[in-house]
Amino acid sequence: MLTAAAILVDGLDYAAWLFIVAVGLTLIYGVMKVVNVAHGGLYSMGAYAAAWAVGLYFDRGLAPAGSFLVLALASVAVGGVVGLALERGLLRLFYGRDDILIVLVTYAAFLILENLVLQIWGVEAYPAYQPATLLGTMTIAGLPFSTYELALVPLAAAIGAALIWILARTRIGKLVRAVIHDREMASSFGIDVGRVYTVTFVVGAVLGAFGGAVTAPIISVAPGIGVEVIVLAFAVVVIGGLGSVAGTIVGALLVGLARAAAVHLLPQVELFAIYAVMSLVLVLRPQGLFAPARQRRI
Amino acid sequence: MGALARGPWLLPLVFGALALLSLVLTPFLVYLLTVILARGLVVLGLLILWRTGLMSFGQALYFGVGAYAVGLAEKYWGLRDAFALLALALAASAAMALVLGWLLRQYRDIYFAMLSLAFSMILYGTLVKSRVLGSTDGFTVPAPHFLGWAPGPALAMHALLLLTVAAASLGSFLAARYLASPMGHLTTAIRDNEIRVEYLGYPVRRAIHVKYVFAAMLAGAGGALVALAVGHIDPDMTYWTTSGEFVFITILAGPGSVLAPFLGAAIFEAVRTYATAYAPYSWQMVLGICLLLLILFLPRGVWSLFGARRRAAP
Repeated sequence: MLTAAAILVDGLDYAAWLFIVAVGLTLIYGVMKVVNVAHGGLYSMGAYAAAWAVGLYFDRGLAPAGSFLVLALASVAVGGVVGLALERGLLRLFYGRDDILIVLVTYAAFLILENLVLQIWGVEAYPAYQPATLLGTMTIAGLPFSTYELALVPLAAAIGAALIWILARTRIGKLVRAVIHDREMASSFGIDVGRVYTVTFVVGAVLGAFGGAVTAPIISVAPGIGVEVIVLAFAVVVIGGLGSVAGTIVGALLVGLARAAAVHLLPQVELFAIYAVMSLVLVLRPQGLFAPARQRRI
Repeated sequence: MGALARGPWLLPLVFGALALLSLVLTPFLVYLLTVILARGLVVLGLLILWRTGLMSFGQALYFGVGAYAVGLAEKYWGLRDAFALLALALAASAAMALVLGWLLRQYRDIYFAMLSLAFSMILYGTLVKSRVLGSTDGFTVPAPHFLGWAPGPALAMHALLLLTVAAASLGSFLAARYLASPMGHLTTAIRDNEIRVEYLGYPVRRAIHVKYVFAAMLAGAGGALVALAVGHIDPDMTYWTTSGEFVFITILAGPGSVLAPFLGAAIFEAVRTYATAYAPYSWQMVLGICLLLLILFLPRGVWSLFGARRRAAP
């Protein structure tokens, strides 16, 4: 019973974190059909920027509660700048080329960002645990859980709801959906597809950096964190169906619960469980669980 | 393909020269050349897949299967013979590709890439957590014997290089023959329009399955040879970054010839060896910038530099 509660709560925590980290990836793929490997680089940049900014903030001895704002602002700034530079300066040159080549372009961007992080912040680890310890722990079913990690659940829910609402209900969302549906047709109706791409990529990049920033207080921010995260985010996004926000929620829940179950019941299979779920879903539903049907073009 | 079509002398010439060269190289260069040729074999498999428009982001799976087949056979069975180990690695990777191929042959584009990635990460996840398989540290692989002959470490490296040269020349010869065969010619046709090929009555999925197993065997052989050359194996050999490197080299080399992968691997290893020594915190950046420039200005890889010159003078 205790284990079941632990699996459930840990699974939800982890799912919320996975969703925050992965949703930018799915947004970018959904609109632009770009599998953005550089997402891992944005994640680590966001984590470093946030850890660094939080460190400075606490050195000044300002009100501790403000550190959450610092986390968010640092990631938005970094994600915005890097995302804009990547889309305007780099990806723009490769639109219309082979899908696989664009993956490689973002892979190249990932390699560059990985080293850029080292150049800017060096190789030491940055601790930024203060925001997490600030919130203390909460007891659920007799087990203590970190309140900060629990708070990721409503945060993820809010991000998911906001994205789904924007895409489904607002004018901007309609423009984006028109571009998703048929890029050329949207363009001939006067929608500025280039701008939709730029905005989408920047929003996706900011989400990636934000994913890193919210992670910074619960890990030791050190070189190489992006490498692990990008492949996890791929698993989540592919399970849900590339390009579907709702699918990403389901993918995150599946992977989160699978991992929590593995960790509590059979720790040796932790990683195995995640990728086994990914393979199983791909085998049973190649397009992922929630991807829209696509016509077969001859 | 190109290498055989234009000059059947090119293949034996290149690999014969390499074999001769190996006699005068310093120990480090012997090691480096062995690794280059072995990794070139893996890339050769990716090139064959890429000709059909398929790019595997999990080829490290077979690289790892080959390497671990060698390592485990030495550790648990005491098998030391290089030829037997290589055969074992080939059999293991072929068997695994035969099974996974039934699934993967139905996938295209990004889904093919992602499912191969998932499979390679399953192997990684298993290796990392399994003490019997060496866990995160992996284990050492002692120098091999050659048909009952047990040379000292330096001589063994030379012998291993000669074996690798032989494997690389055989691999590229077979790849060129394969690409020139009817089954190989389907390759480009499937990339251009799969459905039309199906309507013409050709077995598209079987053609891809054959290709996939062939590519996996090349990767398995590469993994086995790298394991023997490096003398150590660990789960990082199956991590996605290793697969990414192979894809990188494939793009770097270009699809122009069966020899291109070896040239690509040589450039990559040279850049990595010297860049990690002189610029440890920016070598990935160097690689990334190179990759971008290549995709922009040399979309058909380094090999196209040779092809263009030849075409200009008919």
